[in-house]
Amino acid sequence: MMKEKKLHKQHKKLSNGIAYALLIVMSIVWLFPFVCLVLQSFRSYKPEVEFGGMVAYLLPKHFSLDSYKFLFSGESNFLRWYGNTLIIAAFVSIGQTFFVLCTSYALSRMRFKMRKALMNLWLVLGMFPGFLTMICLYFLLKQVGLTQAGAVPGLILISVASSGMGYYVCKGYFDTIPKSLDEAARIDGASRAKIFIGMIVPLSKPIIIYTALVAFMAPWCDYVFASYVAFGYEKGYNVAVALQRWVTTNDYQGYFTRFCAGGVLVAVPVTALFMALQKYYVEGVTGGAVKG
Amino acid sequence: MEKTKNSLGKRIKNVLMAPVRDCKEIGQTFAHGDWKTKVSFLIMGFGPLMRGQILRGIAFLASEIAFIWYMVAFGAKYLKDIGTLGTVQGGFDENYSYTYGDNSFFILLFGVLSLFLIVLFIYMWRLNVRVNMNEEKRLKEGRALATVKQDFRSLLDENFDKTLLALPVTGVFLFILLPIVFMVCVAFTNYDATHQSPTHLFTWVGLENFRNIFSMGTAGFGKTFVTVLNWTLVWAFFATFLTYFLGMAVAILINKKGIKFKKMWRTILVMTIAIPQFVSLLYVSKMFAVDGLINSYLMKWGWINSPLPFWTKASWARPTILLINLWIGTPYVMLITTGLLMNIPEELYESAKIDGASPFQTFRKITLPYMLFVTGPYLLTQFTGNLNNFNVIFLLSQGKPQSLELAGGAGYTDLLVTWLYKMTVNDTNYKMAAVIGIMVFVVVAVVSVTVYNILPSVRDEEGFQ
Repeated sequence: MMKEKKLHKQHKKLSNGIAYALLIVMSIVWLFPFVCLVLQSFRSYKPEVEFGGMVAYLLPKHFSLDSYKFLFSGESNFLRWYGNTLIIAAFVSIGQTFFVLCTSYALSRMRFKMRKALMNLWLVLGMFPGFLTMICLYFLLKQVGLTQAGAVPGLILISVASSGMGYYVCKGYFDTIPKSLDEAARIDGASRAKIFIGMIVPLSKPIIIYTALVAFMAPWCDYVFASYVAFGYEKGYNVAVALQRWVTTNDYQGYFTRFCAGGVLVAVPVTALFMALQKYYVEGVTGGAVKG
Repeated sequence: MEKTKNSLGKRIKNVLMAPVRDCKEIGQTFAHGDWKTKVSFLIMGFGPLMRGQILRGIAFLASEIAFIWYMVAFGAKYLKDIGTLGTVQGGFDENYSYTYGDNSFFILLFGVLSLFLIVLFIYMWRLNVRVNMNEEKRLKEGRALATVKQDFRSLLDENFDKTLLALPVTGVFLFILLPIVFMVCVAFTNYDATHQSPTHLFTWVGLENFRNIFSMGTAGFGKTFVTVLNWTLVWAFFATFLTYFLGMAVAILINKKGIKFKKMWRTILVMTIAIPQFVSLLYVSKMFAVDGLINSYLMKWGWINSPLPFWTKASWARPTILLINLWIGTPYVMLITTGLLMNIPEELYESAKIDGASPFQTFRKITLPYMLFVTGPYLLTQFTGNLNNFNVIFLLSQGKPQSLELAGGAGYTDLLVTWLYKMTVNDTNYKMAAVIGIMVFVVVAVVSVTVYNILPSVRDEEGFQ
């Protein structure tokens, strides 16, 4: 009996050991590229110090902040691109959250004639690939002067205007708030608008944060529309477009460490924000995944 | 069965009879209505205005004026050419001065918009007739009409849905619906690099582009289309299920009893979600490049003599992409499944253990069926999302390696969407891009409808409760 217990304990120790080993290996694999990125961002790009392209070693021979200095120096438009992206992200985040909340409340709580038809139409429209309409959107924006120099407001407009279609997760959340609350408030004479603003919105803090967070993070990765709308006008780029151009143009060797530095500058605040709000994100995706 | 058939027949009859009923109602309203109503048939909102319903009256009148202004100033001249998409080509005349011709792009775009607006106008007119009818009825019954204040208040109460949805619906109409209808039309034209507006005209060509995409000859897109479609489906399948199983395995591993620092392990994995994909994916793509970190280290250590062709050979690029996608995609699944796994009752596992089931057996018989049941909808959205996963492919390989055997600049790791993107941006072959867009829609729709109907959680909602 004693022996069996001991054996069991040993077995458990062994299996836990394997589990830890696996987790450690995974962590290394998962973090390795990011560690490399950070290390390489501290390598100088100036030929007299060190080669700034892709090299066969990780640790820079001379620790240097040259790449960062370059980004802040005004030799490139990096700060402008960063600002563009930040502005787009902030406005899209606010706008999308507003649109999604309005749509979700109407579809979750109100019953009107075209409700089912509207939801079905949006479902079908959602099955078309987004890039299909690129040229058409470009010319629509061009008509009102929101391309090239007007790329930033143009991008905000298209991201916000069509965001009502992304109501699924939020509506799913609203559906879980008991309707009896609404009914009680209505008996007390509250209007729909009052219920929405005074009751549902305060109850939906997690989903509001989730929606705003996802909307805020998307513009940092938006390459396709951003490059198309700002086509040929450097000052209208966002960071994704600009840095993508650095590493895919013919001179990518020369710009490699500067790309790394730029990547770090973009990743740090976005990652920090995400980590701080991670709890809400998990809640949002899990809820959305189960309800479909 | 009999019942559903019956109700379907009834519904069809209902829909077919609706215009007849409408016409009857319009006729009766006109015949029995007073002069204010009769004038309203021509000047929309006249009746409500005269009866003191200022807000509604102005809304109707304004929509009529706006519609007429749009049509006269703008819509009509585009609409009349929609059959040909323009006949006069711009160019230099004998005096070398430029004359402007028709712009096929705008003719099509504003033609489509005008058609939409006409439908909307007819609907408004119909509404206008009904409002007049209802007002007369109310007055005849001796009840008061809603005041302007009441109208306003109703927009915040029983008609709050209209207030809420006004902006989102307009936005989707202008920036999604209109462009999609426009592009679907483009699939039936010859709009491409040699027919660029405003200098050149394009016109309707019927089904020619669809014939092109299915023609297997050397000039046709057929072979490329099959290659790209195949890879798209293979990619979506593996990308979805590999991340699904690995993610679940990791979640189980971290959930395991006796493992400490659970939160830390999760946070490490979640880094790939937090860091913008264009940073991580672009960097990783460079790591695997011919002169990248991995190849140069392997060569330095003497394991290989020449760089591994991660991005230059199709047989290497495809598995590499799937592998890197595991890195990007696994944490999502881990996050989602972590909570769900804890919902499985512990007793089930206990009794399985007593019965002598191995861990693998318990996974197959208890964990997997439950997880598949609960995450069915997630898997479906994930699959359709992967069919259109532009970022991973474009940032990693840009669809390369390219080949002369493939038409339209496609490469061996191109998905339908990245191919569509290339055709739009590089080749300005809009007509074929539009056709591919429609094909993507067909694929997504077919997959969604089929899978949705066999999902256990849809068929049997009570299943696991």
